[in-house]
Amino acid sequence: MTQETEKPLLSVRGLALDIPLASGMLHAVRGIDFDLHRGETLCIVGESGSGKSLTSLAIMGLLDKNIRRSAERMDFNGIELTKASNRQMRTLRGDRIAMIFQEPMTSLNPAYTIGDQLIEALRLHRKVSHQVARARAIELLEKVGITAAESRLSQYPHQLSGGLRQRVVIAMALMCEPELIIADEPTTALDVTIQAQILSLLVELTREMNVAMILITHDLGVVARVADKVGVMYAGELVETGPASDVFGQPMHPYTRGLLRCIPQPGKTERGKPLGTIPGIVPSLVGEVSGCAFRTRCLHATDTCREAIPERGEAPHEFLCIYPDGALNAEGELA
Amino acid sequence: MNTPVLELKNVAKTYSVKQGMFGKPKPLKAVNDVSLTLNKGEVLGLVGESGCGKSTLAKILLGLEAPTEGQVLVEGEAIGGQDRLALARRIQPIFQDPYSSLNPRKTIADIVSLPLRVHGIGDANSRAKSVRETLDMVGLPARVLNTYPSQMSGGQRQRVAIARALIMRPEIVICDEPTSALDVSVQSQILNLLNDLREEFGLTYLFISHDLAVVEHLATRVAVMYLGRIVEEANVTDLFEEPRHPYSRALLNSVLTPDPSKGVPDTQLGAAYPNPIAPPSGCHFHPRCPFAQAHCKTCVPTPIPRDSGHVECHLHDPDSPMYSADLTV
Ligand SMILES: Nc1ncnc2c1ncn2[C@@H]1O[C@H](COP(=O)(O)OP(=O)(O)OP(=O)(O)O)[C@@H](O)[C@H]1O
Ligand SMILES: Nc1ncnc2c1ncn2[C@@H]1O[C@H](COP(=O)(O)OP(=O)(O)OP(=O)(O)O)[C@@H](O)[C@H]1O
Ligand SMILES: [Mg+2]
Ligand SMILES: [Mg+2]
Repeated sequence: MTQETEKPLLSVRGLALDIPLASGMLHAVRGIDFDLHRGETLCIVGESGSGKSLTSLAIMGLLDKNIRRSAERMDFNGIELTKASNRQMRTLRGDRIAMIFQEPMTSLNPAYTIGDQLIEALRLHRKVSHQVARARAIELLEKVGITAAESRLSQYPHQLSGGLRQRVVIAMALMCEPELIIADEPTTALDVTIQAQILSLLVELTREMNVAMILITHDLGVVARVADKVGVMYAGELVETGPASDVFGQPMHPYTRGLLRCIPQPGKTERGKPLGTIPGIVPSLVGEVSGCAFRTRCLHATDTCREAIPERGEAPHEFLCIYPDGALNAEGELA
Repeated sequence: MNTPVLELKNVAKTYSVKQGMFGKPKPLKAVNDVSLTLNKGEVLGLVGESGCGKSTLAKILLGLEAPTEGQVLVEGEAIGGQDRLALARRIQPIFQDPYSSLNPRKTIADIVSLPLRVHGIGDANSRAKSVRETLDMVGLPARVLNTYPSQMSGGQRQRVAIARALIMRPEIVICDEPTSALDVSVQSQILNLLNDLREEFGLTYLFISHDLAVVEHLATRVAVMYLGRIVEEANVTDLFEEPRHPYSRALLNSVLTPDPSKGVPDTQLGAAYPNPIAPPSGCHFHPRCPFAQAHCKTCVPTPIPRDSGHVECHLHDPDSPMYSADLTV
């Protein structure tokens, strides 16, 4: 377990991302705060378009040029990422911060063998011989559960199934022993059985190597099983953050509770009976945005929700709502 | 007993695929000798990993692909003889992606009324009335009639796709991953809608999904597919409470319920994906099966009846040397 007193590996305060569009300024991410410690897994979950991928790209310094980033602080182990040069960021990426995307071919080059790509990943950042890099590649392919690892080195990505390719990407991410892994929907394109295999692999490896991980997903089941910490995102904000057991056991934000009611839960929801819903749609974040963005879909919304929303709860479990208890005791929500 | 609304008798679909640029075409059995019956009002959940043949089966039912072997019967009539249009009146699809399945240049009114126009049903007035009624059924207001798909949210687009399927008042709706492109908050609305429509209009669904929790919620029967075969089929309670096929067990075991006190389960499955062009000998599943024995490599399993369906596995076959009377192996 991590100690909260230990200095976080990554500390983000007030991260905001604005995108100029023809129709006005899109406030895609609106003031995000979180801390991540070594060996800890933070899962970010939320509606499509809520800014999850942009947040991770902002940390890695991979945003499109038109996107404006501002932050009070983005401290990665003593390096202020907002002030880092492009060159510094390039050195960090792939070395101390590794990335895994939904589509493994985002990270793999179809023209090169698996071996060439793994070896290059290490030799780009470390002065080691080809021989040493090759041995490390084999070791990691075995670690991610690829059989006949040595013979795979000469294979091309297209000769592998999607699940195997994602394992190669994980092996590649680990080549330089990173301190932070950012995985954006790493198992969304995979079958459920393969998903379970890849997730347990990630959990095991991050624990074993004391690596911190940010895992982005829209699947609450994945979050519950993998996360130490959960961040629930809605319309560019983290509306609730906390340890997984607290957020699932005592969800405080009405959106979090809504999400949990929407999914069928074997044993909890009755077969064939209506599931909970969150009526309405996500508001536009173009132009001025004020108050609680969830108010248009919230059963408990009042005029006060148009004003600035206070932060509630006690660290580490915090949420954004005008109600001190997140309207937990209010009437009207289905069980 | 009533005639089933839908019956598949030994249906097979073999594609001919080339490997590499100069390779000889080889047969790929996408659907391999599948028999199923579906009664009115049932929801058959069809599950199985990517490439096992689910969509191919759906396309055969929709008349979009002709089976290479076997017969599809709708209310006892073979559909091979019926023309596509007659079939479309009775069986309609809802596909996964509400973004690409709707023509972006057509208004919602045009999209939903298209089937009526194709079939030459009614005049402009009666068609407009029918469109309004159907939109109402799926919970869309009449004001969307003159808007375009790009102006709608994902959930609204999927409602349009459902309206388009229902305007012909079909008996059977084939849903191929109807909610997998949607947010969970929108998915639940669509699932509730599908369930309400089924109750109200006595619809019968074939429901293809990767999400086993959704299948358990909505389906009345479940078929588990592996490399073109239905390896197990049973009513939903029997299958979820007592899965018999090792692959069904692995699938159910990999469902991640949102329970933070549990970790990621161990599926006990080998990761080796089979090659559909050269499927493994004997039982196709044997290379990944934790219970496999020599017998499984040589002997093809046959369907064995279980409480409410069948299972294809030597462990459950009383005539096999591997039979284990203890069905909880
Ligand atoms: N390069 C860009 N230019 C303009 N808008 C963008 C760009 N990238 C993202 N956006 C917009 O910013 C918002 C947040 O996008 P982001 O990709 O972070 O969402 P997400 O939470 O990852 O969603 P999903 O679950 O669908 O992946 C969306 O409205 C998106 O359309
Ligand atoms: N037109 C075609 N020509 C050749 N092979 C095909 C064709 N369509 C499908 N196949 C092959 O048939 C098999 C079954 O494909 P199908 O699309 O039915 O799978 P599925 O179960 O729907 O998968 P998914 O879950 O990924 O949608 C696959 O091996 C696929 O590559
Ligand atoms: Mg994303
Ligand atoms: Mg398919």
